Amino acid sequence: MTSKDPQAPPAPRKPQSLRPLALPLARPVLATLRAGDTCTLTGPLFTLRDAGHILLLAELQKEGRLPFGLDGQTIFYAGPTPPAAGRPFGAIGPTTASRMDFAAPALHRAGIVATIGKGPRSPEVAQACKETGSAYFVATGGAAAFLAKCVETSTTLAYDELGTEALRMIEVVDFPVFVGIDVQGNDVYHRNDGCPPG
Amino acid sequence: MAHKAPRTITAEMVADAVYRAIPGLACDLPDDVKRALVAARAAETSPRGQVVLDHLIENAAIAACDRVPLCQDTGSVWACLEIGPETRVAGDVFAGVDAAVARAFAEARLRTSLACDAALDRSNTGDNTPAFCELSVASGHTDHSGHAAPAGTDPARARLHLMLKGGGSDNASRVVMLVPGAGRQGIVEEVVACVREKAASACAPVVVGVGIGSTFDKVAGLAKRALMRRIDEPTPHEGVAALEAELLAAVNATGLGPGGLGGATTALAVKANTAPCHIAALPLAVNMGCSAMRRLSIDL
Repeated sequence: MTSKDPQAPPAPRKPQSLRPLALPLARPVLATLRAGDTCTLTGPLFTLRDAGHILLLAELQKEGRLPFGLDGQTIFYAGPTPPAAGRPFGAIGPTTASRMDFAAPALHRAGIVATIGKGPRSPEVAQACKETGSAYFVATGGAAAFLAKCVETSTTLAYDELGTEALRMIEVVDFPVFVGIDVQGNDVYHRNDGCPPG
Repeated sequence: MAHKAPRTITAEMVADAVYRAIPGLACDLPDDVKRALVAARAAETSPRGQVVLDHLIENAAIAACDRVPLCQDTGSVWACLEIGPETRVAGDVFAGVDAAVARAFAEARLRTSLACDAALDRSNTGDNTPAFCELSVASGHTDHSGHAAPAGTDPARARLHLMLKGGGSDNASRVVMLVPGAGRQGIVEEVVACVREKAASACAPVVVGVGIGSTFDKVAGLAKRALMRRIDEPTPHEGVAALEAELLAAVNATGLGPGGLGGATTALAVKANTAPCHIAALPLAVNMGCSAMRRLSIDL
């Protein structure tokens, strides 16, 4: 399992110290982060995924601004399971972020400062991050029982009819993430743009 | 083995097995997958890869202890009943499965993740039904993957294969009709390309199911059934085992690593099924399994 080809990335660098960050994220703080950094987030996040993005984008286009107090906030691409084990959700983790690429540039330009998901994004999302000083964070996919322990509260704000896909505000404590795309547009999944592997 | 009288599998037997299996499937990572994650962690030198594997190992412990789902995507339910030549089924043997799924998902507090119709109505069905069911009638000489059945395989067997399949990993899958001239190298290149493009979105370290051969519609099934094999279960066919080893080495040489964030273990295993095909064809399917590889085979 450890064999490498000659094109494989070079040996990894030492881990960065875990940076605790407060939500909502301040843009000057975001500007100090680099793709690949490890951070923890504490404060409010807003969960939204596929079907909710179609509705939110329509509202944004109609009203010309973000509804539900989303301006300046962070969207977590997630559809949780129902409450369990005394927690707001039994399990909550990131879904594939690229499915929300159709909406992310417009949402960043309207005031969303960051998103959280898993997997690579389109060049348009990286460009929007660069343009607006926004960021994309990566959480560990498939670690949803572990991540659910970081969630203290949940309030449904809109789109209740979508079930798991509703817009929720959740309060998280020490929620672990990696910086996926930084404010310079560097991407943790790309190996040739100054972001070291590992 | 002594000849057995034909036995009959009923809809109640299948539904009951599905109902009883679902909570454990959602909350308990199979032992072989858990061991593979621990081994990968011991071998990992990438700091980010180490963090991801630590999260996944702790996740499995929390899910098992607190009886909560391993992943928020508790999946679509796939149920494949494999029967031997001397097993009978009573009419619509899957008639009770949807009710069993709905009840189990509600009681175990799992997520309902199915849309009513892919094209016409994307609203949630509300109870995670329908399940995707199929009957696999094996001959006396082959198992349900199409390989020669080991000597002594019970001709009156009835095995129920169950999988909770997440959307992210299924989206990372593909079927490609290669030309025969692409050969073994073409197969390896296509599997590696699929992993390179998709593994980061499919919750790596992945389990890669590969189907090679048969026809356009069947090859995806070969890949899916390959995912049912335990990671530590040796492949009976020597040639297939060598191909799996070659594919695993090539996939892990990408350096994509856990979560696609860099590291040694992009895949925990590659499992392949091969089959005959048309002289003009080289059908290839990759069915990506995530690190929460939730599957179970039960003898009824």
